[in-house]
Amino acid sequence: MPALDKSAGLTEAIALIGDGARVMIGGFGVPGTPFCLIEELVRRGPKNLTIIKNDANEPGMGVDWLLSAGMVKRLITSHVGLNGNAIRMMNAGEIEVEFVAQGILAERIRIAGAGLKGFVSDIGMGTLLAEGKQRLEIDGATYLFEPAIEADFALVHAARADAGGNLVYEATARNFNPLMAMAAECTIAEAETVLPIGDIGPDAVHTPAPFVDHLVALAELPEVYGVVKR
Amino acid sequence: MSSKDRMLARAARDITPGMTVNLGIGLPTQVMNFVPADCPVCLHSENGIAGVGGLAAPGHANRNLIDAGGGYITCAPGGSFFDSAVSFALVRGGRLDLTLLGAFEVAANGDLANWIIPGKFAAGVGGAIELAQKARRVGVLTTHTDKHGNPKILERCTLPLTAVGCVHRIYTDMAVCDVHPDGLHLVELAEGITLAEVREATGAPLVVADGPMPTF
Repeated sequence: MPALDKSAGLTEAIALIGDGARVMIGGFGVPGTPFCLIEELVRRGPKNLTIIKNDANEPGMGVDWLLSAGMVKRLITSHVGLNGNAIRMMNAGEIEVEFVAQGILAERIRIAGAGLKGFVSDIGMGTLLAEGKQRLEIDGATYLFEPAIEADFALVHAARADAGGNLVYEATARNFNPLMAMAAECTIAEAETVLPIGDIGPDAVHTPAPFVDHLVALAELPEVYGVVKR
Repeated sequence: MSSKDRMLARAARDITPGMTVNLGIGLPTQVMNFVPADCPVCLHSENGIAGVGGLAAPGHANRNLIDAGGGYITCAPGGSFFDSAVSFALVRGGRLDLTLLGAFEVAANGDLANWIIPGKFAAGVGGAIELAQKARRVGVLTTHTDKHGNPKILERCTLPLTAVGCVHRIYTDMAVCDVHPDGLHLVELAEGITLAEVREATGAPLVVADGPMPTF
């Protein structure tokens, strides 16, 4: 049985995302951030988005394009320290920000992708991050309930893909991408290289094709993907 | 050697063969430069690598290979890459032998505050809570006082905590102190620093054993 070819155009894939959507975006800093998908999302311009991303990139990059365009209502993230613009918008009340401990953010996304509703942990007990969370007693100790984070769309970046949607990430560009690819209703992947179906060995696949709905081949890699000069 | 470098070198001496170690963003990352090149240590960075080799040479950065602080790094032979869920499974699952973290404040009871200064600095907690709470051993690396000369080592933290009672050892430019149930023990003095100077710069009582105090 042949695999389905999931190749899609950038415009048609991103056009699926409407006002109020919950959108996960892969990447930790520059590595793994799907800049081309984000750029097209800015061009389309849906409003009131909830963005779920580890960080807010840096001013003038990636997530910051969405923030500056006024498209983001709420940001669920672990750290925005490299983006002064995001901090300013948060302090001015222009965006709502929910801070989640980084590994708890990853696990809440992973859990959604695993078809589960949440998990319990002791991370953050005795700190501000425990406030307002549901508590459970297990074997005499108190734990926090951490709900799964679900989303309508996941935008992910892969180094290589086959046309069927099997994805391979490179080095620390993997980060949140494989977790988000599993967690959303609809996963849109961009890939630097798209190979014919069968050209990625089954053992080498990081994200299996069934998790990917639309695959966008990047014709070229804009400069924003390169080494950041600070 | 500057007092800062002596502090970094002193912390590096507690990184021993076979350890898996996470060095926090900022000052702790620089401890890497003082670990002997032939010491078999696995450096973890929470963005998804076990086996950090070192900083990438200028002009040789790989755009896809950074540490959690955003610095371009290399991967050592035997290193591995993984996703963020696996990376924190490694942390929470007890595979980290040691983490070295920075501090705004650290207390004699082992409490650590290093992520938020209400009204001034609130950029998110990143991976700090999980590192502080779950590494088998937690060291804090900090200047003994802040830039105004106020103690950073206190009886109790005044800032919101990163984790409760998590710190085992504190390395500063003046001293090394260990957290014990009966309080903070002074275990080493920086060369040229007196006991009286350390007491003056510390916001908590120090337990000091009789006899000569080792120096670093």
